[in-house]
Amino acid sequence: MIDWILTQFPDSILGYIIICAVPLLFILPYALVTIYLEMKMSAHMQDRVAYMRTGWHGTLQPFADILKLLQKEDIIPTAADKFLFILAPYIVFIGTYATFAVLPFTSSYIGSDLDLGLFYLVAVSSLVVVGILMSGWASNNKWSLFGALRSAAQIVSYEIPTALVLLSIVMIAGTMNMQQLSQLQSGGISDWYIFGGPFPIVKKLLLLPLMFILFLVQLTASMAEVNRTPFDIPEAESELVQGYNTEYSGMKFAIFYLAEYANLFAVSAITVVAFFGGWGSPFGSFMSGGVWDLFWFVLKGMFFVSINIWLRWTLPRLRVDQLMYVSWKVLTPFALVCMILIGYILVAF
Amino acid sequence: MNAITEYFGNITQSLKTISIGMGVTFKHLFTPAVTIQYPTVKMKLPERSRNRLYVNMDDCIGCDQCSKACPVNCIEIEIIKSTPEDDLGITSSGQKKKLHVPVFNIDIAKCCYCGLCVYPCPTECIYMTNVYEFSEFDRNNLIYNFAKMTPAEIETAQIKVKKMDEETAAKKVAAALVAAQAKAALDATTQTSTPQQPTEPQ
Amino acid sequence: METITKTSHGRTLRTEEMVINMGPQHPSTHGVLRLELVVDGEIVIDVIPHIGYLHRCFEKHSEQMTNYQQVIPYVDRMDYVASMNSELSFAIAAEKLLKIQIPERVDYIRVIMCELQRIASHLIAIGTYGIDIGAFTPFLFCFRDRERILDLFEMTCGARLLYNYIWIGGLSHDLPQQFIPTLKEFIVDFRKNIKELNDLLSFNHIFIKRTANIGVLPADVAINYGCSGPMLRGSGVKWDLRKDEPYSVYNKFDFEVCVGKGEVGTLGDCWDRYIVRVDEMEQSLRIIEQAIQTLPEGNVQSAVPKRIRPNPGEAYARAESPRGELGFYIMSDGTGTPYRIKARSPAFVNLSIISEISRGCMIADLCAITGSVDIVLGEVDR
Ligand code: SF4
Ligand code: SF4
Repeated sequence: MIDWILTQFPDSILGYIIICAVPLLFILPYALVTIYLEMKMSAHMQDRVAYMRTGWHGTLQPFADILKLLQKEDIIPTAADKFLFILAPYIVFIGTYATFAVLPFTSSYIGSDLDLGLFYLVAVSSLVVVGILMSGWASNNKWSLFGALRSAAQIVSYEIPTALVLLSIVMIAGTMNMQQLSQLQSGGISDWYIFGGPFPIVKKLLLLPLMFILFLVQLTASMAEVNRTPFDIPEAESELVQGYNTEYSGMKFAIFYLAEYANLFAVSAITVVAFFGGWGSPFGSFMSGGVWDLFWFVLKGMFFVSINIWLRWTLPRLRVDQLMYVSWKVLTPFALVCMILIGYILVAF
Repeated sequence: MNAITEYFGNITQSLKTISIGMGVTFKHLFTPAVTIQYPTVKMKLPERSRNRLYVNMDDCIGCDQCSKACPVNCIEIEIIKSTPEDDLGITSSGQKKKLHVPVFNIDIAKCCYCGLCVYPCPTECIYMTNVYEFSEFDRNNLIYNFAKMTPAEIETAQIKVKKMDEETAAKKVAAALVAAQAKAALDATTQTSTPQQPTEPQ
Repeated sequence: METITKTSHGRTLRTEEMVINMGPQHPSTHGVLRLELVVDGEIVIDVIPHIGYLHRCFEKHSEQMTNYQQVIPYVDRMDYVASMNSELSFAIAAEKLLKIQIPERVDYIRVIMCELQRIASHLIAIGTYGIDIGAFTPFLFCFRDRERILDLFEMTCGARLLYNYIWIGGLSHDLPQQFIPTLKEFIVDFRKNIKELNDLLSFNHIFIKRTANIGVLPADVAINYGCSGPMLRGSGVKWDLRKDEPYSVYNKFDFEVCVGKGEVGTLGDCWDRYIVRVDEMEQSLRIIEQAIQTLPEGNVQSAVPKRIRPNPGEAYARAESPRGELGFYIMSDGTGTPYRIKARSPAFVNLSIISEISRGCMIADLCAITGSVDIVLGEVDR
């Protein structure tokens, strides 16, 4: 697909620009759907119904929200550092958006078939921290600064367990290429790494518990990386008002939100690729190929997005030091031990 | 050893309680909502509900009891005495109305819906309705005027009272001239023009 | 304000404490409270509460009223989430001044109403506490149940929040016909909901970790500061005016005084204060059940005085509001207007403890502590 687009615009940068814009075609509708999903799910969990008026069961409400945000006055506080203040939301969004380059949506589409796909993912998602720190500092608001500092500490420390988990996967798969990773697991549900991967039965059974623990570590760490409850410490609305994006309004605020939701899908997609076979159909070659791939990928991704939403509306929030405790004293050791054991299993069997 | 049990205990406890909590929220995902779609669906108000006040001016005898009972002084009543030849009619409970009520304003913006004005009214003409949607853009629109008298009517009533007062004053002078014995009679005449005391509320 | 910290390399690092305002418009100060924080990073060095943003001159207002009855709507507005309990305290004080006996039915209905109100008020305390800790869902569950109590109140007296229901010497209305059956239904449902709340929030490990061992208030400090209500009982002091100095007809009912036991942390921590409220809701249900079983007949307005004109003198009466000991001191000069009214509001006294117990905690803990004190600014500022 990428090649096809490039051949349409030979010797021109236009082709690349179009390729860059392709994930937007996914992110924008996805964000609308997720906003709707989150509102509806949270409402029903709380015995409410959420929006009902705009369109059938309020389906048009996300559009209305976006329209509202577009029209809203874009306030920049007088004492803010204007340049950084304006730049910050875009940096946050770029950091998130860049991860979409290596997400294998189908067996035939991946933005950039990097051999270092996973490595790139871990690296580029840290860019978000810079944007958040910028926004917190530039807002010239003490609460925002708190949020930004917390966020930086949080994202940086949760990258360690994520990296360890992904490293274990790389050890098993022997590749960092996201497309190949999915390819390896395309033999149906039993080939997924969460169920031990495409190995002989003994090895599979030995790997299975370790993979399950790794999966839990990854799920927790990914939640922390997208700053959502129980790890929404950077925005902790009851403590920090709204955290790093307190002073933002209008479109800039919308971009923060878009980035948050896009990031949510990105981390879910990483989990899907690493553990749940990427675009692979659970039934092997049945219902696979072409649009089915996209269907499975998005479905699995959305499943984890929903789990995130579900947890968010169930749990209270951790405290800053407890957050660090979870990262450094629980997730990291567990991931490390699993990684070592996996290495042993791979060598011994 | 203790620290290790605590460490793993914490982890298992967290996982356990988180799954219990998730179970609760999951169950609620499928329980029917308790909220209603407000402006289209409305809750039935109980008959005692206290909302906007209404005054049935046909029954009001202008006794000022409600205004006195109000803790925020949001009822403003002005009265004009009626002359003996005026017939203001009777209230639905059969009481004779003796006072014109040219001004009966309730500042609903100030009203705290305590209901204290409702109880002392002798004719039960001030009462709470179940209207609760009456927001306004201008606070002055919330001053409700219940009085029905037109300016012309007010003026005639005032002129009549003035005339009557002059007559009474003239009578007074005349009576004063007569003698000290007439004093008792004089008292009786002035008393008739004061408002009748309302009956005690039940 | 400047401290010099030595780093591990032996060099000195200059850090500065930061003064930051929490409130008056802050989500976790439960109203217009301003906490001036001195923070060193995330650590709170000092907390100075500033109050008065909601001051409405309650006491002076009351002294301007033309009769005692008119004070009650103002009393309602002191502790606006527990108006019934405020009304009861005031009514008892005024009745003491007037030396009137009230019919038994009135007392029973008052107890039912006050216990319902206690549940409603604790539901707010618990729900908003959940929000302070970051759990949003329990809040709406609590409000769902509170709505049903408010429906009962509206059915009885016509108002949902500021009732003007308990009058001096009686009540404004008798119970409506459907009241008792609806109440019974509610009790059955609510027992289940308490269990669900415990599953979802009270025993959630994250919640426990956030509240246990935080803001520990030792019993002696609590007593010295004059704390009352769940604040005091959370520290393990068995002191409840309903039991220790029974007013109205509380001595006829069988219930327990819930105290904190330090189950998951230290005695007197935030979790203890929280769980005392949860347990008290259960006890209130017990009281209500007993009261509706033995509800006597009678006329609720028979003792309402036509004219309230107490002899010169003074009276003080106190009652256990959901926040603690709420007392009213009334002084009469023999006219229909109270000469002086003074309120002893529990929230105000309880609030004073904040700076004592939150030094050295983190900002997130401060939210937990403020929430566990359960202040209502309407009552703090009056
Ligand atoms: S309801 Fe209360 S505040 Fe309103 S007018 Fe009547 S007495 Fe005054
Ligand atoms: S108490 Fe009733 S009759 Fe008297 S002035 Fe008020 S509304 Fe009119």
